[in-house]
Parts: sequence; C-alpha cells; structure tokens
Amino acid sequence: MNATTTPNSFRNQPDDRGHFGQFGGRYVAETLMPLILDLEREYTAAKADPAFKAEFDDLLEHYVGRPSPLYFAPRLTEELGGAQVWFKRDELNHTGAHKINNCIGQILLAIRMGKTRIIAETGAGQHGVATATVCARFGLPCVVYMGATDVARQAPNVFRMKLLGAEVVPVTAGAATLKDAMNEALRDWVANVHDTFYIIGTAAGPHPYPELVRDFQSVIGREARAQLLSRTGRLPDLLVAAIGGGSNAIGLFHPFLDDPSVKMLGVEAAGYGLDKLHAASLAGGRPGILHGNKTYLLQDEDGQILEGHSISAGLDYPGIGPEHAWLKEIGRVDYTSVTDDEAMDGFQTLCRTEGIIPALEPSHAIAAVKKVAPTMGKDQIIIANLCGRGDKDIFTVAERLGVEL
Amino acid sequence: MKLVTHNRLSAAFSKGRPALVTFITGGDPTPDATPAILDALVAGGADVIELGLPFTDPMADGPAIQAANIRALGAGTKTADIFRIAREFRARHPEVPLVLMGYANPMVTRGSEWFAQQCKEAGVDGIICVDIPNEEDPEIGPALRAAGIAFIRLATPTTDKARLPAVLEGSSGFLYYVSVAGITGKQQAAVDTIKEAVAHLKSGTDLPIAVGFGVRTPEQAAAFAAHADGVVVGSALVDLVAQHGAQAAEPIRALTAALAEAVHNAKATA
Repeated sequence: MNATTTPNSFRNQPDDRGHFGQFGGRYVAETLMPLILDLEREYTAAKADPAFKAEFDDLLEHYVGRPSPLYFAPRLTEELGGAQVWFKRDELNHTGAHKINNCIGQILLAIRMGKTRIIAETGAGQHGVATATVCARFGLPCVVYMGATDVARQAPNVFRMKLLGAEVVPVTAGAATLKDAMNEALRDWVANVHDTFYIIGTAAGPHPYPELVRDFQSVIGREARAQLLSRTGRLPDLLVAAIGGGSNAIGLFHPFLDDPSVKMLGVEAAGYGLDKLHAASLAGGRPGILHGNKTYLLQDEDGQILEGHSISAGLDYPGIGPEHAWLKEIGRVDYTSVTDDEAMDGFQTLCRTEGIIPALEPSHAIAAVKKVAPTMGKDQIIIANLCGRGDKDIFTVAERLGVEL
Repeated sequence: MKLVTHNRLSAAFSKGRPALVTFITGGDPTPDATPAILDALVAGGADVIELGLPFTDPMADGPAIQAANIRALGAGTKTADIFRIAREFRARHPEVPLVLMGYANPMVTRGSEWFAQQCKEAGVDGIICVDIPNEEDPEIGPALRAAGIAFIRLATPTTDKARLPAVLEGSSGFLYYVSVAGITGKQQAAVDTIKEAVAHLKSGTDLPIAVGFGVRTPEQAAAFAAHADGVVVGSALVDLVAQHGAQAAEPIRALTAALAEAVHNAKATA
C-alpha cells in the first residue's frame, strides 16, 4: 500500500501476510513460526464459527458485565466550555479495565487449540490480572512475567494475580519493565511451544496478534457507536484514547474508521517531556523491528531500543501497535502526547468534576480532552475511552502529590 | 559472483571432517578486547567464527548471552565497532569465515542495502538473523543476496516436513539447526533426535548442517558432530568472557582447542 493513496476502506487491514502497510508482520524466531501460523489458521476458523462468537459474547455480557455504559459528563463539559464530553466506561468491567475483553477472546482460542498452559507479560499489572482471572475461570495454570521495577510499583496487582492463582515471575533484565517482561515471556514461549499459549496484552506482536486483539477490543467501539446513535441519533465528532501499545484505542477507533466525519486522536505518554524521557514512540521514534512486528520504536541511531518513561506503568513501552503506525502514516488518525504532569491534572479533574477515579492511562486521554474540547463547538461530541479505573494507581498518585498513605 | 564470499564458508565445511563453529558477542567485555578473543578462537582451531552483533533485547538468548549483550552495550559498543572488528579480523585472517549473528533491528535500521554493503566491505561471509523468518525475507534477503553475503537460516525442532522448503528457500552458506525448542545455553537435545533431525534436513538440502544450542563440553560437541557437518558452541565460550573479562583469550583458546579436537575427530572415532 502506498502511503499517499487513500484506501477504499480503513478497516480491511492487515493483508494476508499480516502487514498494515509497511508495518506489522511476523518477525519471530523460526521455532515460533509454525505456532504463529497455527494460531492464524485457528483464529480464521474461530471467526467463522458462530459457537465461538456466541461463547465470547455470553462471557462478555455475564462475566465481564458488558455493554459498558456510555456516560455524558455534564460537569466536565461545563467546566471545559466547549464540546460535549462522553466517556466509554470500560473501567467498570470486571477486573477494572478493557484488558479483560481481549483475555476472554484469547483464552477461548487457547482452549480451541488444546493448549494447557497460559503465559502473559504485564506492565501495570492490569493485563496480568485479567489473564490470571480468565485462567482461574477456565482452570488453566498461568505464569505472568512482570518487570521487577513494576512488581515494586504495582504491589496490589501482584497480590491480586497471586490470589487468582497465577505465578508472577519478576524480570530483572534491562530496566525491568514491560519490554523486558515481554522478552522473558517470548523466551518461555519458545521453550514451551508444544503446550503453551501466549496471551499478549496489547494490539502488537507478530501477526495475527495485532489483528485478533483489535477484533476482541472492537466491542468497545461497536457498543459506543450504537449507544451514541441511539441516544443522540448521530455519530461523534472526535474519539480520544490513550496509547501504550494501543489496544483500547484501536478497539474504540476501528469500528468508526470508515465514518469520514469522525476524527480520532490517540494520546501517547510524553513522560517528563518529549525532549526528556518519555514513552511516545510515534512522536519521538522511527520505524523498526521488535517483539515480532515492525512499528515505530524509541531507538538510537544503531537501532538499540531505548527505555520509555511514563508515570503510567501501562504506557511505559518503547513501541506501539503496528496498526496505529499505519493509521498515523496514512493520516486517518491524529496522534498527540501529554506529559506526566498533564496526566496528573487530568486525573484530578475527573475525580473532582465527575466522581470517577480514572487510571493514569486514561488520565492521558482526559488531559488531551481538556486541551481540545474548549476549541470545539458546544454542539459537537467527544467520546473518550475511560479504559481503566484508578484504584491501582492511588499509591503512585499519593507519592506524586506528596501524601503519605 | 555469489561464490566469492561463500567460498570461505563452503571450504570450512569441505575439510573431510565436521567443522567447529564458535560464537562470541562482539564488544564483550569491550570492543578493544574482542580482536584477541577472535584470534584465540582461530588459534584454538575454530573453522567458522560467529560474531554477535549486540542488541538491547536478545529475545532468543539465555542468561549467558543476554549478559554478554548488556556488557557489550554497556562498554559503548556501536555497530561501527563491530564492522571495524570484522574488517581487521579479515585483514589478519584472510581464510577464516566470519558470520555476523544478531537480531533484525540493528541490521535494518539504516536500510538493508547499507548493512549488506558494510558486510561486504568488512569481509563478512554471512548473516544469521534470529527474527527474520522466510516470511519476512524481503526485509533483508534481497540486499544480502545482491551483495553476495550468505543468508544462513535457522531450522528448529518445530520445522516439520511441510515447512522445511520455506526455511530453505533463499537460504545459503550453511543451515543452522537449533537442536532444542528454547533459548541459547540452556537444555541439551538427546543425540538420537539430532541424528533424525539432520537426516530430515538433508532430505531437503545440500547445504552443510551445523547443530547448536546447549552444546557446552567437548564430549557433547563430539556426540553431535558425529551426526552433523558442524557443531556450534556459544554460551560456554561467552561464560569464559564473563569470568575472565579482558583476560579471556587464553582460556577461550584452551576450550576451543579441546572442542576442535573433539569435533574434528568425531566421525573418525564414532
């Protein structure tokens, strides 16, 4: 696909080789290749199987608690004095974030494939908790790799995973954060391909992961589209979502990609600032190959991967899902970034105006909404994805505010 | 044209005995220490040298080579240092085949043509790239072939009959059989699985087959060499660099000599 031509649809990616334009692909060790091809075959079969969809939908409704509400935020809207702000309330899901949508889909695939052991990586711990949850629900053993730094800063989630029966393995390599946890999960997988399914937490990694994670998360956008149409009779003007790997954002955006009137804004973590340590791979990186896919990466001139930084452990990753890299390059989605300080301000604003304690990840989306809503008309509508709740972050926030708990 | 650089590789596997292939990470413990370590491998009798291009995220490597990558990058090793080391090696050892082994991102970050050209100018004979399977060959394969650099592919225990042709397509130099599904330097495969696997690979190719992953001692190397065209040893040598640092050359020469004797005579004594 030539980056300068506009495709007929933005929703028919990836191609049959797993590429989104020049991005995506299957950059894995040969040991994993046969398994990746098996997974692709199995996912194609599952998509065409009404029983698979029925089980997925049933679990989302009765176990996860979907559909999540679409909520109009009146006091925030009034305070910002511009566009109407609505939130897709995925923080109300079982386990407190959007991560569970994907985990339900992937564990059903694992069971279809006859796999008997589950592994996962986690940064903030939300994906680890969601994976441990579905493993408990289906009675499969679960090993979660987590950077030792994150184990220390996300202690409540570590305890949750253990309560759910998962083994949490602290990873001390590198900076001991999400990237290193993913390396270690890949090492486990390559040594245990015969019985192990790797539940990847974001819309990244080798094909078909970016596609299947997107598809499982697209329930967010499908619901939001139907909910807003039924409540207002119209489509939104702007969608806003935070991006680490980008699964909540692609889940919200994808069902709207072919609605030309709907603009979209992905929000990366600018950490201490784009001229300092940050985790904004689209804003500060360039294309490269890591963790099975080609995408924008934070890297030096030799292609060595740089450490990301964000106040949010869930955004602290030096890459981004390949579909976002493609959507940026063709210009369908705009991407911006907000700093740790701005995210903290967004966090406190939502607590104060709407009585909702958001996670630090969607606090980045809220910060972006604070900037953009006042520039829009009062008849315009923004939907922002409230992809996680903030209980897990109260320690980080307290420390930041100089409060001792 | 292709044969010009592949000559050294094919010669290494045409000595009428199994070849010893040795791996060390470039720049470990420092770029300045690497030339003496490479010379020690040659002095010990290695037939093919694999020089690791360090990477921050060596996903297919076990603790020993992970640590080596961290030491090398910590010492400030740059891609330019690796090519300088290769160029100087080629000047000192015109006949010994040299292969760069590593991960995709540092190889393609300035464009695959740039990388292939650097390899050619430095006298590098081939490339092993862990995370570019046949499905992503366009990323680097065409540039390597145009420059006459061998693209050495990996086959694994999960490479079945149906998949083998895909692995062999566009592969050259030799075929690297990863004898266990896993990471470098950990568990070791049973000898009968090697025999069977090599026969399976031989059914599809005339390329020499070198077997690696988990081979640490002369005894293990000999057992594998009895059934293959070559044996790859990496983590055991890298461990010596970890232990001895800048003084690693002599212990590395000694281990290489013991490995070479075992491998070279494996078929004679088998």
